[in-house]
Formats: sequence, C-alpha cells, structure tokens
Amino acid sequence: MFADYSSQELLAIFAMQGFAGLILFSVFVLMALGLAIIFGQMGVINMAHGEFMILGAYVTYMLSNFFEAYLPDLFGIYFFIAMICAFIASGALGLFVEWALIRHLYKRPLDTLLATWGLSLILQQIYRSVFGAREVGVTIPDWMMGSLPLTDMIEVPINGIFVMVLAVSISIAVYLMMFRSSWGKQVRAVVQNRVMAGAVGINTEWTDRLTFGIGCGVAGVAGSAFTMIGSTGPTAGQLYIVDTFLVVVFGGAASLLGTIASAFSISQAQSIMEFFLSGSMAKVLTLLTVVGILMIRPQGLFALKLRK
Amino acid sequence: MLNVQDLRAAYGASEVLHGLDFTVQPNEIVAIMGRNGMGKTTLMKTLMGIVPTKSGSVSVDQTPITDMKSHQRVANGIAYVPQGRMIFSAMTVQENVETGLTVTGERSVPGDIYELFPVLLEMKNRRGGNLSGGQQQQLAIARALASKPKVLLLDEPTEGIQPSIIREMGRTLRKIRDEKGLSIVVSEQVLSFALDVADRVLVIENGNFVHEATRDAVDEAAVSRFLSV
Repeated sequence: MFADYSSQELLAIFAMQGFAGLILFSVFVLMALGLAIIFGQMGVINMAHGEFMILGAYVTYMLSNFFEAYLPDLFGIYFFIAMICAFIASGALGLFVEWALIRHLYKRPLDTLLATWGLSLILQQIYRSVFGAREVGVTIPDWMMGSLPLTDMIEVPINGIFVMVLAVSISIAVYLMMFRSSWGKQVRAVVQNRVMAGAVGINTEWTDRLTFGIGCGVAGVAGSAFTMIGSTGPTAGQLYIVDTFLVVVFGGAASLLGTIASAFSISQAQSIMEFFLSGSMAKVLTLLTVVGILMIRPQGLFALKLRK
Repeated sequence: MLNVQDLRAAYGASEVLHGLDFTVQPNEIVAIMGRNGMGKTTLMKTLMGIVPTKSGSVSVDQTPITDMKSHQRVANGIAYVPQGRMIFSAMTVQENVETGLTVTGERSVPGDIYELFPVLLEMKNRRGGNLSGGQQQQLAIARALASKPKVLLLDEPTEGIQPSIIREMGRTLRKIRDEKGLSIVVSEQVLSFALDVADRVLVIENGNFVHEATRDAVDEAAVSRFLSV
C-alpha cells in the first residue's frame, strides 16, 4: 500500500497523521481523565459521563454567543472563561447527581450502570428540548484559526496545538490533585477501604461527593475543548463514552499514567491506520488488539504490584 | 476519659453486646479479654461507630459521641487500630500516617511519631502493603496517633506477630501512655501481654463483662479459665 507514494510523501504523511494522532490522543486524554477519577478511583460506572462533557460543550456554546453579542471586545479570551464555567456547571451537576442518585448505589454496581444510563437519556432529552436536535458549533476566535506550516508539505492546525496544551495542563493538574493534595490522599484512602478511612477521621461521604463532582467538572472542561474541533449535538456524548471506557480499562483502571499511555497507543494506532485503511477497519483492528491484550492482561497496561 | 453506659449493639436482630458499662480513667490502660466470638471486636467497632449502637451511650471527655459518624468520633478524640491492621496498602507509609492528620488539619507528620517508630521513617516512601506484619502494626498505631487522640483503641494488636515484637509493642504502648497521657483500651486473647501492659483487666463473655480485676489483684488462673476453649 506504500508503493504509490514517494519516500518524501510518506514521511509527510506519517508526520501529519502522527500529529493528527497526537490531537486525537489529547482528546482521548481529556475524555478519559474525568472517567479515570470516577471509574478508576471510585469504581462507579458512569454511563452519563458523555453527557457531562456535552454540558460543558453547551456552556461554551452559550458563552460564545453571549460574548459575540454583548462583549465582542473580549471575544478573544472567552474560551478560557467558558472552560471555567464548564467546570463549574458540570461539577455542580455532578455534586447534585452524587447526592440524589449515586450515593445510594455504591454497593450495587450493576444498578449504578442502569441508573446512570437512564440519567444519560434524561440529559440527552433535556439538551434536545433546550438547544434543539441540530448540532451547534461555536465561533472560534481568530487567533485559534488556521495552521502553522512547518515545511512545504507538513502543516499543523493551531486549534489542535491548543487542545494538546490543554490536555497536558489538565493532566498535570489532575496528577497534582490526586497525588500531592490532601484531598487526593483522602480519595485514595476512601477507595481502598471506606470503613477504615472513616475510622481515621476522613469524612467519606463528602470525599465521595467531591470526587464525583471534580470528575464531572473535568469532563465538562473536556467537552468545552471539543467545541474547538467539532460540533455539539444532544447525543454527541454517546460517541465518546465507548472510547473513553476503552482507554481507561486498557490503561489499568487505577493508574493515571496507564490512562495516558493507553490513550497514546490507541490514538496513534488508529490515526496512522486510518490513512491507509478505511476508518471503520482501523477501529476494528484497534479494538481487536485491545481485546487481545486485555485477555492476556486483564488488569490493564499498568497495575500496582502489592503483597496480597 | 472514656465513659460507656449500658451499651448495646446488634447485627440485624441478634444482639451481640448486652448492655456494657465501663469507664477508663485518663492515663489508664485497660485490657478487654475474651475468647473468639465473645464481642471484643464488636465492642471496638461499636465504639468507633462502624457497628451501629442500639442503645446506651458513649462519651469521650464528657462529650457524648453516641450519635456521631466515625470521622466525627475521631475528631472528638478517639482513635482506632483495627484487627488485621487495615493499612492503606497502595499508599506509601508516609501517606498512611498523613491520612490520620485529616481531623487535626496539620500538613506534615509530627516528629514524635517517627521517634516512637523509627522504622517507619526509614520506610516512609515504601508502599504500606509491602511492609511486614509487625511494621504494618506499627504503621497502624502511628496512623491512629496522628489524629492526636485522647483514647486509643487497639483490637488484638498481637495477632500474627512474633513474640519479640509483642514485648517491644507492650513497651511502646506504655511509653505512648506516659508521654502523651492518653487512655488505651486494648482487646486481647494473650494473657501475658495483657498483664504486661494493662492496669486493669476486664473479661467479656457472650457480650457481658463477667470479671474485672486490677493488675496487682488479678487471679491469673481465674482469667485463664475464661480464656480456655
């Protein structure tokens, strides 16, 4: 399949597909980080995770319209404000959902699956009623449009770079929160032994609620970032949820590094194969490989080694 | 310091503790002895709020804690070293101790804890799950002390620990009591250890106290009869 291309063209193809893969990688990382907190740390299967992302996307859409109409001078920076608002909106919804629904189901994982799936349907219908069934797009500020030419044949889009920078900074923020803050310590203690965590003085209920809220907030920021590279519809969350779980499970549920490594390998494989094969064929091959590896290593790529 | 009145606890419909009364003075070490299944662990868990209290009252330093959740009890000065240690095995030694700081609001582990358990300082970056049983026991005690308790509860601390470490632990418990002036309640099956550390011995059988003696007046033969199967 390489015969039709000259070596120089092949190099350019690999570079640009590699870069497209890096953007996909950033998208996967952003999607998976929230889930890595909620599923990886708390063990809650949240089928409505995609809808929390879409909430962030709609918040960004509303703010983009608002800034365009009322504050056009500040339009260049609206995106940063939108991300903060997306975090707060999705996080607040997450806190509420944990209080109303999830906390009653910690000991019943299968019921959580059904309940959150129902929640995702409810949220989808709310989005459809409020924003309409059509997909909506945001207006991207001028400075984020266009691309940077590296050579004659290789160009990289600026919004892609922006998403990558965002993915890296949010990963670092999540890492610092989980492994350097006292909140992170409390979360990990609660996850490992809820009863004992209470008996050393940790308020386990509040820790659960905050953890769920922060996971949902991170999902909201991810949704906000997606508006830069695609449009948003009421059911768009469904498209993300499978990939997101795939990334988290493949990486090893409790490992943040594993999540990032698995996002990298899945996105690169998919992106490079997509150019030479059809998109669905690339997906099939990726899924088959992941299934094969998980059969040999059910704990995922990265798992802690401990005495049992 | 610890005051327990008519404490009853049940798993579902079957009552396990049938109205226990006891007090622990400041600076006192009390050993609760009894065979397996007599209610020692249930008593500890009820005092910690892990098993719900059916009736009766518990207070620490005149503060009633009967209706509080576990973490609120810790904030009011009670700390717990459970049977089987229950350390957080995927977290480092230092992080394990730091979880105990939650209620005090301190950021770093007070130095006197590492002075009591120097081995923990050497291993502070190892994962808790990779420590030996005796080291894990020390870690569990350190974690409990980090919350600056007034009353320390230890549930069968000698279980699965080699004899030389048991003697060492007895010395450490008395040292903790002398230095920090707290009250200690320790549940035990090993009479020699109990007599080594405790000022007073209570024997529990089928959820009732059946025997009480101070260390000086304890009738070893009588207590052993309660403990033999």
